Amino acid sequence: MTTLLSAKNVSKAFGGVHALNDCSLDVAQGSITGLIGPNGSGKTTLFNVMTGYVKPDAGSVSFDGNDITGARPNKVFGLGVGRTFQLTRIFARITVLENMLVATQRDESWLRGLTRSKSSPTEVVAAMEWLDFVGLAKLAKLEAGSLSYGQSKLLELAYVLVANPDVILLDEPAGGVNLTLINIIGEKIKALNAQGKTFLIVEHNMEFVMKICDTVTVMHQGQDLVAGTPAEVRANPAVLDAYLGGGEDDDDVEELANG
Amino acid sequence: MHAVIDGVLTGSVYALMATGLTLIFGVMNIINVAQGILVILGAYLSYTLSTHFGIDLFLGLLITIPTMFVVGIVIEWAFVARLKGPEKTAMSILVTYAISLVIEGSLNEIYSVNDVQLSAWYVNKSFLLFGVYFPYIYVFGFLLAAGLLGSLYFMLYRTRFGASIRASLADQSAAALVGIDVKKVSTICFGIGVAVTAAGGMIYGATNTFNASTSYDLISRLLTIIVLGGMGSLGGALVAGILMVTLEDLVGVVWSPIWSTMSFFIVLVIVLSIRPQGLFGQKSARVA
Amino acid sequence: MRKLSNLWWVALVLCGLVLPLLMTNPAYRQIAVYTLIFTACATSWNMFSGYSGYVNLGAGVFYGTGAYSTGLLAEHLHMGGNGTLFWLVPLGGIAAMIIAIPVGLIALRVRRHTFVVITIAIFFVFQLTAINAGWTGGSAGLPLPFIPWQASYYQVPFYYVTLGVLIFAVLLSAGVRRSRFGLQLLAIRDDEDRALGLGVQVAAVKLTGFVMSALVIGMGGAIYAIFQGQIYPQFAFDPIFDITVALMCFFGGFGTLVGPIIGGLILESSQQYLTVTYSNGSLYLILFGVLFLLVILFMPRGIAVYAREYWTRRETKAQADQAALAVGGQS
Repeated sequence: MTTLLSAKNVSKAFGGVHALNDCSLDVAQGSITGLIGPNGSGKTTLFNVMTGYVKPDAGSVSFDGNDITGARPNKVFGLGVGRTFQLTRIFARITVLENMLVATQRDESWLRGLTRSKSSPTEVVAAMEWLDFVGLAKLAKLEAGSLSYGQSKLLELAYVLVANPDVILLDEPAGGVNLTLINIIGEKIKALNAQGKTFLIVEHNMEFVMKICDTVTVMHQGQDLVAGTPAEVRANPAVLDAYLGGGEDDDDVEELANG
Repeated sequence: MHAVIDGVLTGSVYALMATGLTLIFGVMNIINVAQGILVILGAYLSYTLSTHFGIDLFLGLLITIPTMFVVGIVIEWAFVARLKGPEKTAMSILVTYAISLVIEGSLNEIYSVNDVQLSAWYVNKSFLLFGVYFPYIYVFGFLLAAGLLGSLYFMLYRTRFGASIRASLADQSAAALVGIDVKKVSTICFGIGVAVTAAGGMIYGATNTFNASTSYDLISRLLTIIVLGGMGSLGGALVAGILMVTLEDLVGVVWSPIWSTMSFFIVLVIVLSIRPQGLFGQKSARVA
Repeated sequence: MRKLSNLWWVALVLCGLVLPLLMTNPAYRQIAVYTLIFTACATSWNMFSGYSGYVNLGAGVFYGTGAYSTGLLAEHLHMGGNGTLFWLVPLGGIAAMIIAIPVGLIALRVRRHTFVVITIAIFFVFQLTAINAGWTGGSAGLPLPFIPWQASYYQVPFYYVTLGVLIFAVLLSAGVRRSRFGLQLLAIRDDEDRALGLGVQVAAVKLTGFVMSALVIGMGGAIYAIFQGQIYPQFAFDPIFDITVALMCFFGGFGTLVGPIIGGLILESSQQYLTVTYSNGSLYLILFGVLFLLVILFMPRGIAVYAREYWTRRETKAQADQAALAVGGQS
């Protein structure tokens, strides 16, 4: 399996805090890779480095063979790397459909944007398809700010997808949503993966991770500790140590131990 | 040389008024553009006390400062506290502007539009020290500003209440989480921010002729001071205030008085182009 | 959401066309001209600040530039006092756009709160330059050729020219709103960094919006200059203008198309009327301030937004009632 996206020996410090310490991660094409670790282990920072929101102090990030270290977020997105955020970010004061349309324009010059109307029929069709996929098609004309938390998570996923990225980084997709929705999200991810999309998922919900991921990497204190299949990781004593050492993640530990 | 001294003396008074403004912004994310007219209100209060009741200007502060504090609290409670939502800051500009219009109109009605100036024995007299003439009023003003700023800093760094202000200044939601009554802190901060205008107003009124429309020039100076210093930074307001007046005086002496006011704005624009958050401001967090 | 249908717009335009024929008092006509100027400026201001959320409190820069460039051009081209002066109006608008480029490049680098203040600072640089520099005529101002039309007729051509500019401004604003470009501005308003991450060329879009908003405001300044016949720096570059334009948009409905029109029509005409009626005292300041305060506090997103929400609520309730009836229950 070829590696589609990878981070090599990445380090990043914020003031005195070493968020990332010589961290490496490989995401194989077509896989669903999970990234877990106790709070503060650097998962979101790694995401930020890989998607261009944060410049690393050392190390490199490459996508599809090209070095994208330090590239700006819009460039990274343009190359085919999409991501969602932990605190769902949508454009609250425009409609759900319009949210989708913002994402369809990544290849266009802003000057042409003056003359072109908001939406071409092909774009609307594509956008509606994705909205349908996540189950929000009926709400297309609603102001995005009135969506529920779970719905806005789905919207965020949809508009990242509408740009047809090759790899999608999901930051805690199951966070704060009910069980049914978690299952739906899991199904969608699997369906997309079957179509060839690669996923990298940060999650605290162990059940979710173990169920849908092919490989799992565990992070601890800014470093990649262990990487392997869910079964391997679950059995690895170093992983349990990392979580126990952190202390606050008893739920995670329990889930890990009980599988 | 004289310019530098005047810069420090007068600048500290501006710094005092600007500190109030930046404190309000830092804690509440509110831009109080009424600060200018409130300074004038404070000046007019001192004027009335001195001309109608014969109370000395500095003694009068014992009355005007608490009065302005109450005015601030009332404004905050009645109007500012109702502002919410993503446009809060922009709305605060409009609300406080509307308030300033009402105050301006009222002042014009009560006092007429004629220029006045506060007077006392120490206005227009100076003393000689080290070969330089120090006008009494400027020195007293400086001492007053220094004293008030000093006590403000003391309160902020040595008292419990001050700590809650600093916490709110740093991060409102975190402060709320640790049990700080952010609403109360906000109201009182607004009160403090306005109370200092009483002192600033008195000094300003003693050193300049003024009427209600002088507030426009004042508020534009104060706003540019806090932006230069960094919005929400108290130390920044102090430095920027002194810097502004010193710069203006220097330009006035070295070059020509016509360009002195403008030089400050130009410096502001240059600084902001290089360092958008001001001298001591915090860089806005980028994204995730 | 109920937007004003096209029929309403046509009706408005017709009213506008007919108005001067009904208003014979020149004083009222003057109020009308100013109202139109401000409404056009507010519409254009809203096109950038309302859609992007970057509140520009230095719009006077555009207005004054329009005014002064008109005056300077009239002088250098030795233009006479007649209708040809109106050709300078679009030129004034273009001059404002040219100025908007460097101003925008500096001002748009900072975040929103600082942006507001830096636009004020830049505004004052312009004002002070106008007051102090020789080539602008200094504080004595700049005269323009006076058009010797009959006093009772004087305002009429200005009225129609300004009406034309207003219609242009509204069409421009509506066009932006419908365009991809407008959507990007709205996205920037809601979450600039996310928009950037999605590939929106934020810096270019902001600057373009900023420069576009300068056009009509500059034209407004040009018309004002010709109308007055004399440019004074403190009125061409007037901080009250800055605030008033913003006020109208917030009052009428920030970020909507019809908002600045409501705001402009109501606020400017009432302000002018109050100034004329109560010119002795500062009562109008107080009344104006109070009126404004009330609207901001009770309808903070502006009249248009509240009206729209009110209609939506009525419609939804009506639909719900109908549905209940259909099911056979009582409403």
